[in-house]
Amino acid sequence: MKLNAPKVAPYVFLTPFAVIFSVFIAWPLFRSLLLSFTITSGPGAQVFVGTANYRFLLQDPDFWIAVRNTFTFVLFSLLIQVPLSLGLALFLNRKGLWMRNTLRFAFFSPHLMGLVFASILFTLLFAPRFGLVNEGLHTITFGRWSMDTRWLSEARRVMPALVMVNLWLYVGYSMIYFLAALQGVDPQLYEAARVDGAGPLARFLNVTLPGIRHVVIFVVVISTIGGFQLFELPWLLLSNTPGPEKSGLTIVMYLYQNGFVSGDLGYASAIGWTLLFLVFCVSALQLKLSGALRKENMA
Amino acid sequence: MKKKSMMRTASGGFDRQAWTTVVIWLTLVSVALIFLAPLVYLVAASVKTMEDFHRYSFFPPIDRMTLSNFASLFSQMDFGRFLLNSLFVTCTTVTLQLLMASLGGYALACYRFRGQQGLMLLLLVSMMIPAPVMLAPLYELLFHLRLIDTHAGLIVPGLVNVLGVFLFRQAMLNIPMDLVHAGRVDGAGEFGIYWHVALPVVRPTIGAFTLIAFMGSWNSFLWPQVVLQSNELFTLPIALNQLVGLYNDDYGALMAGTLLAVLPVVLLFFLLQREFISGLTEGAVKG
Repeated sequence: MKLNAPKVAPYVFLTPFAVIFSVFIAWPLFRSLLLSFTITSGPGAQVFVGTANYRFLLQDPDFWIAVRNTFTFVLFSLLIQVPLSLGLALFLNRKGLWMRNTLRFAFFSPHLMGLVFASILFTLLFAPRFGLVNEGLHTITFGRWSMDTRWLSEARRVMPALVMVNLWLYVGYSMIYFLAALQGVDPQLYEAARVDGAGPLARFLNVTLPGIRHVVIFVVVISTIGGFQLFELPWLLLSNTPGPEKSGLTIVMYLYQNGFVSGDLGYASAIGWTLLFLVFCVSALQLKLSGALRKENMA
Repeated sequence: MKKKSMMRTASGGFDRQAWTTVVIWLTLVSVALIFLAPLVYLVAASVKTMEDFHRYSFFPPIDRMTLSNFASLFSQMDFGRFLLNSLFVTCTTVTLQLLMASLGGYALACYRFRGQQGLMLLLLVSMMIPAPVMLAPLYELLFHLRLIDTHAGLIVPGLVNVLGVFLFRQAMLNIPMDLVHAGRVDGAGEFGIYWHVALPVVRPTIGAFTLIAFMGSWNSFLWPQVVLQSNELFTLPIALNQLVGLYNDDYGALMAGTLLAVLPVVLLFFLLQREFISGLTEGAVKG
């Protein structure tokens, strides 16, 4: 009995996790694939319809609006978030910087608010006439920026508003990762590069970037997976609507509306699997591209 | 002050570097102020009266500040109940997640068993699955389990935290196996070794994971929105979302509610700050 304990123990320890995982992740995942081939009105009433949900999805203009909005959001968030947080991390990593910990906390602190509560705060900050965002832009442009600018009720400004709040929440968060990665780069490599006469840019490209490469990839991939699930931010900012001209409609919002406002769980599952497919393709592409990058570096 | 003295003593080349540091520092401070402004606004807005709301961008003079917004949260809506609901759901979730993730991580780090590699791969892949895929079948499942519109329905499906398993596994790989063997020689049971040897070693990870799990559950919106129907079961995110619609122009109360809703996370962060930063980045940087 005693002898066998180390053999049995890992299975016992993993059991609670495995049970919950099977019942509430693995089974629903499989079940949603089945559901996606049915039309349902509420749980319990379903009719098999083959691939009709997917065919309807592909020709529904709303779905394509949602896909376009989601991709735009992910793309612009990444393009700004990664360089900005890496830049802040590089600056913070300088030797002898005054108040480093205070500054680090200042950048990170928005993250503590969380997406939901930040969205509620920003409904006020984006308000025309008295909102802080307009007030700030009005001040730094010496009055050229209009205080009456409507962020959330004019279609073309909704996406910039979403990206802005997202940056506010996540720039400091990814900065923490980059900062930790930078501190892990061997200082001797910088010395060697300096001796070889490499300037700051060459040192960044040849020492820093390869050294933190896998953390950059990690941040890009988790931000992408997170970005594809965008829902709370537009839903709360735009008072539980897709916004003017559906400018804030995202894939998950489309899923939520079809599954839980209209009540078709089958169609919602088809949207879910389409989302899963998109996420896997994009992540795989990112990982492949970054792998290709490494071969170039090695050569 | 420090910088000026540095520049005075330095040679010409160092001077330029010191100036660069000053410019960088000023840039960082300006960006930091932009990042902090919304938070300052939040605190200020919660102590302004309705008539002062648009008169001052940030804080009003100290004699015009008021706590009436906080009072009206508790008198005009059931804010206390929502706060307790959130605390109950989140604390239960975090405790159970902590237990399951650390046990799972311990099994993966300190044992060799059949199916280990396959399990790791499965977990890794499952982290890439967007949760909304499971939304519809989970609703169906909870409907059949009669858990719709209950707190249990919020808690149970959210108990699995794969990231947590990996964090604990990563940290527990550093436990010297001699320590585990010594425990066995001393006659400790397997669970006893986990409890008395492994857990104390990974205290920083416990701290980090507690905060991550707390924030995840505390800010959860989509799932509670789907599961909960009765007002008296609402958690803070759901309740505040409703408040936005109901009290359309009582901005002070809305901001006071938002501030109170964020406060527990902030307190926990200050409590666990050191563990958080190291625990959060450890997996990513080493892995």
